[in-house]
Amino acid sequence: MTANGASNALRVGAERRDLAVIAGMVAPGSRVLDVGCGDGALLELLAREKRVDGRGVELSQQGVNQCVAKGLSVIQGDADADLADYPDDGFDYVILSQTLQATRRPREVMLHMLRIGRRAIVSFPNFGHWRVRAELLLLGRMPVTSNLAHRWHDTPNIHLCTIRDFVELVESIGARIERAAALDRSGAPIRVNAPWWVWNLMGEQAVFLLERSRPDRGG
Amino acid sequence: MSSATETVDRLAETAPPNGKTAVFPVDRPLATDGGRFIAPLTIAYETYGALDAARSNAILLCHALTGDQYAASTHPVTGKPGWWDALVGPGKPFDTDRYFLICSNVVGGCMGTTGPASVNPATGKPYGLDFPVVTIRDMVRAQAMLIDHLGIDSLFCVAGGSMGGMQVLQWAASYPERVFSAMPIATAAKHSAQNIAFHEVGRQAVMADPDWRAGRYLEQGVRPEKGLAVARMSAHITYLSEAALQRKFGRKLQDRSAPTFSFDADFQVENYLRHQGLAFVERFDANSYLFVTRACDYFDLAADYDGSLAGAFRGTKTRFCVVAFDSDWLYPTSDSRAIVHALNASGASVSFVEIESDKGHDAFLLHEPMFFATTRGFLRAAAQARGIGDETAEARA
Repeated sequence: MTANGASNALRVGAERRDLAVIAGMVAPGSRVLDVGCGDGALLELLAREKRVDGRGVELSQQGVNQCVAKGLSVIQGDADADLADYPDDGFDYVILSQTLQATRRPREVMLHMLRIGRRAIVSFPNFGHWRVRAELLLLGRMPVTSNLAHRWHDTPNIHLCTIRDFVELVESIGARIERAAALDRSGAPIRVNAPWWVWNLMGEQAVFLLERSRPDRGG
Repeated sequence: MSSATETVDRLAETAPPNGKTAVFPVDRPLATDGGRFIAPLTIAYETYGALDAARSNAILLCHALTGDQYAASTHPVTGKPGWWDALVGPGKPFDTDRYFLICSNVVGGCMGTTGPASVNPATGKPYGLDFPVVTIRDMVRAQAMLIDHLGIDSLFCVAGGSMGGMQVLQWAASYPERVFSAMPIATAAKHSAQNIAFHEVGRQAVMADPDWRAGRYLEQGVRPEKGLAVARMSAHITYLSEAALQRKFGRKLQDRSAPTFSFDADFQVENYLRHQGLAFVERFDANSYLFVTRACDYFDLAADYDGSLAGAFRGTKTRFCVVAFDSDWLYPTSDSRAIVHALNASGASVSFVEIESDKGHDAFLLHEPMFFATTRGFLRAAAQARGIGDETAEARA
């Protein structure tokens, strides 16, 4: 078993600015499944600030051990293989923070998330950010940034996407975007009424709160 | 080694001289899965720490196949420290300053609890093979009788490894409201064909010994020591890993510089296994070995719930921490994962840790810092959820 877990993919050199934004999207007292929960920082934050009943899934043994030693309920597993074992509607929120790009089948993972939970929260590094674009355009090299610190040949991030790509995926699986935030380099949210193209250019990370589409919701 | 007669006398005793026992008279029999009754029933047990005023801090430790109630106290026969001495004690993960620990010898065992070496009231002779074939569930039923006897309504935790882990799972399934938290360690929800196969080798070794005497050896003043030793030798290999054997012994020779071209124990690993076999027969009854291995073989928790393991845990409020060791090939990680999947499917609160260790199945009995940290963290969080620390603080104030 490798300790090189998917959720650790972005740890190097990147602070988890998205955690506070995610926590802000979770209703107090709800049931939360954090997929790729790392060392349990978000689950701890949610337990402390929102009194959630939290569970985690983490690939790395080190991460799981840290979580359990903190008293968190976390199992060793990965998003691609193990979400299928969870029953429908077991949770209010299923969170995938900075892990989507490291999954083998992001679309299936998202479908499982919205099956297991009524809502899903997904945060990911935006490959449409201007620095990423500039590095590819001007240097002709695969971008290595503080958020994407791996070189192309040893990165766990096999399915990178832009904010626009992600929105398209959300539409294709029939989910509804309830809230969204793009975070700039300092971790501050970009103003809400900015158009998508601004977010896609200026956002280093994005956080989406998705809801399972309701068939009865008419126009 | 003590003489056969002395050992026979000791094994025929129904209670260890220095231990605690609970005796259930004839009118309170243990009804077995096999449709028989065990009465009277003696349960030998040890306790560590103190029960708090709210009777909320009791932990039941379930011992493995050839373990006993001496989890954290000196073994009366071998003089060795308890099998979980590393984990149980003041300030240790199973902290005797905070928790009240109970460990009882399983029914069918040979350290004071009624088993095949006990006197059959119907004949006045040792039961031998007339003892009812017991199951893991029977062992748990007997433990529940003891817990009732001790006036404890709900256990803070039930924990154990290997066959002890099976008892933990059975406790959680049979008495969910009495189990606040559960730690099944290095175990499985059912015995695999390979597990059964190894046990059968052990049983056949015992029964092939001419001194077994169809199970009536106690009355005839002999013991099937050779057969039981061979059973232990083969079983012992399954408790280790190839890596551990290689590291410890390799092809090293025992007190000699060249092979003797004989069947002496030339290799250190041979000498080691022979020693393990001899040490075991000093403290264990051969018929008990048949019965406890059989109990494991019959274990298939899902079978009692229409083949659905998740069904065994439906609606449970118990907090689980499942632990596996990556070099354990007797109860491999996949067995633990099956338990975790079932617990997830039933919506249970479950943690699962696979500990890296090259020590094989026996790792759960050894010093494994990550395992200790997991146990400590899990129990501490569960104690907080149950308010145990608070009550202890209040009681002391």
